[in-house]
Amino acid sequence: MSFQAKRLCKLTLGPVLMLTSALVLAAGGETSQVNMSPGVTEVGKNIYDLHMIILGICTVIGLGVFGVMFYSIIYHRKSRGVAPATFHESTAVEIAWTVVPFLILILMAVPATSTLLQIYDNDDADLDILVTGYQWKWKYEYINENGENVSFFSNLKTAQGEIHNLEAKGEHYLLEVDEPLVIPVDKKVRFLVTANDVIHSWWVPALAVKKDAIPGFINETWARVEQTGVYRGQCAELCGTNHGFMPIVVNVVDQSEFDQWLGEKEKDAAAVKKLMAQNFTLDELMARGKSVYARNCQACHGANGEGGVGKAIAGSPIATGDLATHMDVVIHGVPGTAMQAFGGQLNDVDMAAVLTYQRSAFGNNMGDKVQPIDVFNHKKG
Amino acid sequence: MGDYHHGPAKGLSRWLFTTNHKDIGTMYLWFSFAMFILGGSFAMVIRAELFEPGMQLVDPAFFNQMTTLHGLVMVFGAIMPSFVGLANWLIPMMIGAPDMALPRMNNWSFWILPPTFLVLASTLFMEGGAPAFGWTFYAPLSTTYAPPSVTFFIFSIHVLGLSSIMGSINIIATVMNMRAPGMTYMKMPLFVWTWLITAFLLVAVMPVLAGAVTMMLMDIHFGTSFFSAAGGGDPVLFQHVFWFFGHPEVYIIILPAFGVISQVIPAFSRKPLFGYASMVYATASIAFLSFIVWAHHMFTVGMPVAGELFFMYATMLIAVPTGVKVFNWVTTMWRGALTFETPMLFAIGFLILFTIGGFTGLMLAIAPADFQYHDSYFVVAHFHYVMVAGAVFSMSAGIYFWLPKWCGRMYNEAMGKTHFWISFIGFNLAFFPQHFVGLAGMPRRIPDYALQFADFNMMSSIGAFIYGASQILFLYNVIATIVAGKPVSDEKVWDGAEGLEWTLPTPAPYHTFETPPLVK
Amino acid sequence: MTSQTSTAYEKYHVPPKSRLAICATTGLMLSVYGAASIMNDMTFGDPGVSTNSWSIFLCGLFFFLATLFAWFRTAIRENLAGLNSAQLKHSYVLGMFWFIFSEVMFFLAFFGALFYVRNLVGPWLAGEGEGGRMNGLLWQGFEFSWPMMQTPQEAVGGAAAQPLANNGTFAGPQTSLSFAQAHAWWAWLPLWNTVVLLSSSFTCHLAHMGILDGDRRKFNLWLAVTVLLGMLFLCLQAFEYHEAYTHFGLTLNSGIYGSTFFMLTGFHGFHVFMGMTMLLIQLLRSVLGGQFTASDHFGFEASSWYWHFVDVVWVFLFLFVYIL
Ligand code: HEA
Ligand code: HEA
Ligand code: HEC
Ligand code: CUA
Ligand SMILES: [Cu+2]
Repeated sequence: MSFQAKRLCKLTLGPVLMLTSALVLAAGGETSQVNMSPGVTEVGKNIYDLHMIILGICTVIGLGVFGVMFYSIIYHRKSRGVAPATFHESTAVEIAWTVVPFLILILMAVPATSTLLQIYDNDDADLDILVTGYQWKWKYEYINENGENVSFFSNLKTAQGEIHNLEAKGEHYLLEVDEPLVIPVDKKVRFLVTANDVIHSWWVPALAVKKDAIPGFINETWARVEQTGVYRGQCAELCGTNHGFMPIVVNVVDQSEFDQWLGEKEKDAAAVKKLMAQNFTLDELMARGKSVYARNCQACHGANGEGGVGKAIAGSPIATGDLATHMDVVIHGVPGTAMQAFGGQLNDVDMAAVLTYQRSAFGNNMGDKVQPIDVFNHKKG
Repeated sequence: MGDYHHGPAKGLSRWLFTTNHKDIGTMYLWFSFAMFILGGSFAMVIRAELFEPGMQLVDPAFFNQMTTLHGLVMVFGAIMPSFVGLANWLIPMMIGAPDMALPRMNNWSFWILPPTFLVLASTLFMEGGAPAFGWTFYAPLSTTYAPPSVTFFIFSIHVLGLSSIMGSINIIATVMNMRAPGMTYMKMPLFVWTWLITAFLLVAVMPVLAGAVTMMLMDIHFGTSFFSAAGGGDPVLFQHVFWFFGHPEVYIIILPAFGVISQVIPAFSRKPLFGYASMVYATASIAFLSFIVWAHHMFTVGMPVAGELFFMYATMLIAVPTGVKVFNWVTTMWRGALTFETPMLFAIGFLILFTIGGFTGLMLAIAPADFQYHDSYFVVAHFHYVMVAGAVFSMSAGIYFWLPKWCGRMYNEAMGKTHFWISFIGFNLAFFPQHFVGLAGMPRRIPDYALQFADFNMMSSIGAFIYGASQILFLYNVIATIVAGKPVSDEKVWDGAEGLEWTLPTPAPYHTFETPPLVK
Repeated sequence: MTSQTSTAYEKYHVPPKSRLAICATTGLMLSVYGAASIMNDMTFGDPGVSTNSWSIFLCGLFFFLATLFAWFRTAIRENLAGLNSAQLKHSYVLGMFWFIFSEVMFFLAFFGALFYVRNLVGPWLAGEGEGGRMNGLLWQGFEFSWPMMQTPQEAVGGAAAQPLANNGTFAGPQTSLSFAQAHAWWAWLPLWNTVVLLSSSFTCHLAHMGILDGDRRKFNLWLAVTVLLGMLFLCLQAFEYHEAYTHFGLTLNSGIYGSTFFMLTGFHGFHVFMGMTMLLIQLLRSVLGGQFTASDHFGFEASSWYWHFVDVVWVFLFLFVYIL
């Protein structure tokens, strides 16, 4: 082997080794993906193509630049006894390598522009869904001109034990929720994205949708999914402690299945309405309250009411004090803190249950019951 | 005034009270290295936590504090001061000036930094913890939802801004006013040029950052509603103001690095820099463009499409002047007589890796594609390629290049080369796989991740540990050189080096150019 | 610069080592630490502001100001001792110029914020334009006008009814300070403030002419008038703020109109105060110390540049905050 060839081998060994190992790994474990996926929407495919074109152009330019550089590294080294040239400018060459990249950029800008315009075409949607980011969960609201809106929260389902390495991690570790968003296939679904507290970002890679959820503003985006299936994503804007734990799951189904699902949801909503008028026993309230607490409060107040981001509930002067104040805190929140107003998030039944639960769990033994009607009356003022 | 004509004073007072640009430069450099280690240890915590899926070492709240402080300390504590240190050492020597234009203020600019970072680090022990809202501190996470330590953070930023503004005013005044006779603008070494332009950028954008944190302060404590829709404000306003500062900031980081590379490559190619004039114009164009591209960090906030297009096109344009620089460097090497001492290795490493980082930058600039890249690890990979392999590598090159001149002793070449190769491999192992996980959908700033990202994250962590460990070698090499390196006395430590600083005796005396040299 | 040659080179005075920087740092850090503590006590503290925070702040501030005093005294003495070459003086000129430039950029941030909320955010919140056509869902009934007399929060019925987590109460003002009451222009304070400030710029220029002519009496006189006009401006502004708070319902809490109004005019007022203090010091230097000559009066010149800069900022403020 000639000297230069040896040199070249040595120089390229590192990068080549790395790349191949990466590719081997990628091919070996089907869990390791190395590239963007085209996803299941037309926009996604366009973005993917755009990504590949630009990656390709950059690779070619890079190979050219590095090729010239490595050529000099090998042939123009002092140890070969070369005398250095003295040239130090050439207007023609310099103009050329200003103009050519500029033209290449124009070439890239054309498909980029058309894809962008496509993404921004938010009109004529078949279905509108209001997506609201909360610390740290998503709320989905199906906006329906004729009648009751269906709405629900979607929380992380992965068990704490899995997160803390006490149990084996499931297949969809951190990417599973208690109630996924359900949308129909082949329909233009428009997402109206907003937030309740801080900025979040609603990102589902397979749908090629990422839109920031800004409190007080509604952003529009849309997707027309071409394939039924379950698609997963995550919140993509740092939103506080549990930013890593607010996944998104979208279940794309046939129109008929979707209609059926929505119908059931509407029925559920009606059922809750009925419950509002009912009186519950302490045990019923405690049982319901426990699950409401686990879903909505635990993240800040701890599984045992020991506190965390929020103050401790165990022994809290509020939770063991005057009921009206307690209701105020939970319904209206504490302005200027992470404690949100839950009045609009929980229905009166759940609100009554969680209040009761807090007053009698974690060693707080007030033993009093709060009924939905109490909450209703309190809200009315 | 007694000690003026002699060498440095003895003891601590030399450093506390000094007005000497070399002393101040030295302090800046050591301080920034200390911050590099601090910020680096935060990064090690991040990488250790991300070694495997599941929560391992720290809780999510602390993880966010680590991410935030890592970014802040690296950018404001390590990289910026390190280049100010270089500027202090070199600019007067390169333009034939006796010192910086305003020496006492120069000392003040430095001494503001250590206590400020002490305050910033002490927020870790405050109630509610350190700032945990990312180095970009988006409102309202950094206002209504921030821990009380945010107030100390805000004032730290104010004071850091003051230091940077004074530092850059000093550099501007020095370059504009202190050049030796005959040292026209177009004869200045490129390092001086890049710093002059950087200083303009700093004076222009640090006050804007001060404005941004002031609005935060008012929102937190005095009931204004800049960033609250309920009062008619907008959280996105914060992002506009921040990135109006933030984007030029990344060029503040990289332009002096370009300057260093433009000194090192010709020296070891033994050939003048190709296209000096176009280098100057390219630097100026980058600086100009940097003011009109800020919203490329905000493609997903829901800007109107016209804004989106404008910022996309403007951002893409930056590839042109940056490309000119890359091509010029490569052409400088072309038909030179190359040798590969450590500074040159780092410069070549810079050239390759920065270009890769620039390419990913260009990909990010394509707005529709950025909808997929944004806030994923692809972005993290991009900016570590330009900042670590860009700024930090170029800093390493600069230190190896000028250290012999400064202290009259040669570093250990074998150790230097080893440092380079371990760094190079460790760096790529750490950050190349981040492109993959980013494209596969892993968001940034998360303490735990889904299982499909596990392999590459482990690789990345191992690479990060290797890269971090290689810095110990660097530290050792530098100290060993200063204490016991092989003495050198040639004025030109490197046979190919050109410029006024190489006409001075080695090691460079405490006071130089008290009467200006005449530049032909 | 081009005039300098190595044969006739006047040595550039590099000052000997000095305690000024480290003292200034100590003062600055203490006052900043104290200020941050005061604010935190105020917002998060249990019993309110502790005296400790105030002591730290005041000690720091005093130390800082004392250091600045010493610093400028040193610089002045060096100049009087003839240490400052023409080249060094030019360094000071450049320093002052770029410092003022940085101040311009600081104001730009707030003007930028004002333009952004007025021209884009306001309409968006009211459900207009490409960026905001769905926002009406959140802020039903909000209509945008500038000055914003009713905040979005008020439009939907107060803090409890707004669709996002509550982060404060923002009620718009009762009366705007804009040029609405054209019939009562003579009672319109901002106009008088403009007159005051513009004339002070002019008197400042007269003072400059005075010193250039070597006429110290003229210099002192017009400089004193300038300082007085500056004070008058500040008094009028204090009065205006008082009115705003007590009679117009315009406060820092009045939504974005109050926020931008007070931040812009407040920072401007603070700069007037600084400029006035600078000019006052120059006046004292001249009256008490007989300093400044026709050819050497940089302290005054720098202060006067600052003063003109403050004046220009006011013109923009007047236009964008009060009139438009
Ligand atoms: C040193 C710092 C540095 C530098 C130099 C750059 C350089 C560039 N950056 Fe980067 N960037 C950062 C630091 C830096 N960046 C940081 C810190 C962030 C994240 C901040 C955060 O959110 O925390 C970021 C994020 C970031 C984003 C936002 C991503 C997102 O959050 O979604 C974008 C988008 O446009 C971007 C673009 C660019 C571009 C186009 C360049 C260009 O300057 C690159 C130009 C160079 C080249 C293109 C290579 C050489 C050129 C040629 C060989 C010529 C021929 C080439 C062609 C014609 C293709 N950067
Ligand atoms: C110039 C700036 C700079 C530099 C030099 C670095 C250097 C490094 N960065 Fe950093 N980084 C940023 C700027 C920088 N970073 C910014 C701005 C962010 C965004 C923050 C945000 O999201 O808000 C970020 C975010 C960031 C993340 C993403 C965090 C997240 O999103 O959650 C990660 C993860 O891997 C990371 C890793 C590293 C590593 C491994 C290094 C290494 O290069 C560090 C190597 C240095 C050392 C290790 C120290 C010296 C050596 C020792 C102390 C010896 C002892 C060490 C060992 C024995 C191992 N960085
Ligand atoms: C995002 C975080 C978060 C969530 C979720 C949350 N809280 Fe809180 N909560 C807080 C914070 C922070 C405080 C402390 C407010 C303060 O400083 O006064 C608090 C305070 C309280 C208090 C008053 C405690 C005291 O002693 O002062 C009660 C009661 C309470 N929350 C109930 C709830 C209930 C019920 C839920 C769920 C339905 C809930 N919280 C969900 C953050 C949260
Ligand atoms: Cu929600 Cu991140
Ligand atoms: Cu940028």
